[in-house]
Amino acid sequence: MNFKRMWALFVARNYEFIRDRAGFGWNILFPFLIVAGFGVIFSSDSRQEFKLGVFPVKPSLMVIQELKIPEKLKGYDYIKIVAFETRYDAMDKLLHHKIDILLENSDKKLSYWVSDSSPKGYILEKVLKESIISEKIFASKIIKQQINGEQIRYIDWLFPGILGMNIMFSSLFGVGYVIVRYRRSGVLKRLKATPVTAFEYLTAQLVSRVLILLATSFIVWFGCDLLFSFNMHGSYFDAFVVFLAGSICLVCLGLVVACRGTSEELTNGFINFICWPMMFLSEVWFSLEGASPWVQSVAKILPLTHFLSAVRKIINDGAALSDVSIEISILCVMSFIFLTIGSLLFSWTK
Amino acid sequence: MMISQSNIIEAQSLKKSYSGKIAVDGINLAVARGSCFGLLGPNGAGKTTTIEMMENIIASDSGQIFYKGKSRNKNFNQEIGIQFQHTELLAYLTVKETLETFASFYNRHLPVKQIIDLCMLDSIKNSLNNKISGGQRQRLLLGLALLNDPQLLFLDEPTTGLDPQARKHIWKIIKDMNKHGKTIILTTHYMEEAQDLCDTIAIMDSGRIVEQGSPEALMDQHCKDNKSSRNLEYVFLKLTGKSLRE
Repeated sequence: MNFKRMWALFVARNYEFIRDRAGFGWNILFPFLIVAGFGVIFSSDSRQEFKLGVFPVKPSLMVIQELKIPEKLKGYDYIKIVAFETRYDAMDKLLHHKIDILLENSDKKLSYWVSDSSPKGYILEKVLKESIISEKIFASKIIKQQINGEQIRYIDWLFPGILGMNIMFSSLFGVGYVIVRYRRSGVLKRLKATPVTAFEYLTAQLVSRVLILLATSFIVWFGCDLLFSFNMHGSYFDAFVVFLAGSICLVCLGLVVACRGTSEELTNGFINFICWPMMFLSEVWFSLEGASPWVQSVAKILPLTHFLSAVRKIINDGAALSDVSIEISILCVMSFIFLTIGSLLFSWTK
Repeated sequence: MMISQSNIIEAQSLKKSYSGKIAVDGINLAVARGSCFGLLGPNGAGKTTTIEMMENIIASDSGQIFYKGKSRNKNFNQEIGIQFQHTELLAYLTVKETLETFASFYNRHLPVKQIIDLCMLDSIKNSLNNKISGGQRQRLLLGLALLNDPQLLFLDEPTTGLDPQARKHIWKIIKDMNKHGKTIILTTHYMEEAQDLCDTIAIMDSGRIVEQGSPEALMDQHCKDNKSSRNLEYVFLKLTGKSLRE
């Protein structure tokens, strides 16, 4: 192992990243787009989760208080009321799940339509029925209790998932895809003709990409924090250690993807094949609580699951490093396995 | 088999197949120290496969290669220089940075300034690799091959696609290197290049060496019946035929 060679490769890779204006620009722009996306998603209007269609009403002239629908429905949070001029237009939207339930705006007995295949429609139908019952009836039957402890906002729970997802995509595409391209174009073959070893080359790629990932994640964090004032319950140093371990693990997975092959199209497909299950099973967007045991078992073999679990414990629950030592150990073991496989199977040439 | 100490590199019974198709079929080659050895042959003859096995870029299916009378060890890459036929470089590094990066891979290397002057790269030293012309790129690739002051230099079609001026310049560099005692193995499609540069020529066809000798000896042997066509191209076509190759 020669540190001079590794340093030269590390510097060269960083130059490549910074001077490729399109790629560099995208890597800087992408986090800001995520921040902007957060802004839209969590603006007051777009937090309305359910869509209730009403016809016949001219959209430009709609006044919600004048609609002939149950009064309680007009004031519910998370329900957006959408007007349609004709039943035909409204029905088309309902059939395509663009709205979740459809009500007729008339003085007659309330008519509604709902798709049997729509989960949101199913819930809205219950809400509709509930809306015609007086609150007094509930008051005598049920009682709302207070939650003990601080409630975690959804955005605080989601934020680590978004950061983890960004790191996953950057690791796999930024390392896996790039190395395959270098192999196809002969750059790796030229390096093989020198004393550089596979370990030196892969280590330089790993360190360069991890550095870029941490810098990018810092920008996203800083930008999002300015906009949404995140609640950080743990230590920033502990969060940094977990981000470092997670980034190393995902980059090492990228090295496994890149160890063979010269087809960028195949690599693209393979990376997507890895990314999509991780995105859905590692609790980026939603919890797997209540999912079938085999789904939860599959999730446990994915590095992103352990990465996000540790990050959320620190950010949301204020855990210390000792509390997430199992997750960090798993990430380290996985990194070692991925790096070993990547180095052993690595091929310089086609 | 005896390994001669006068040869810098020697290949014995070298074989290589790709998906059952034989690319190199039991070649024996010996390259004397300080010589310029030319490997000629039509497309698909097995030249590049042979040279890449000798460079340790690809593994042979069978056969042995000896460098300075011994099996190649980890110092082999420190002592050789290679210019490949098709290769790209890191697009967003400048010419000078590329040379500096590659120089740092070796335990000892020539000053980068010397390579820049030798390969006439001064006017483009601050240009990015993706902004230089084909001829400039070839000169840079040759510069990379010379960086570690190699004892053995492999050049795979070093002047393909170059204009006559650029080609003459590269010939001059190769001759100078050879004069300074460096051993050179080159493949080429240009007969005048082989005739001008090489002490020994091996002509390959269908994975085998069909003839080997000095350019003069080959012409003497094969142009006896047609003195008006006494050139290497006549020898080449006589030995490999005139049918078109893929």
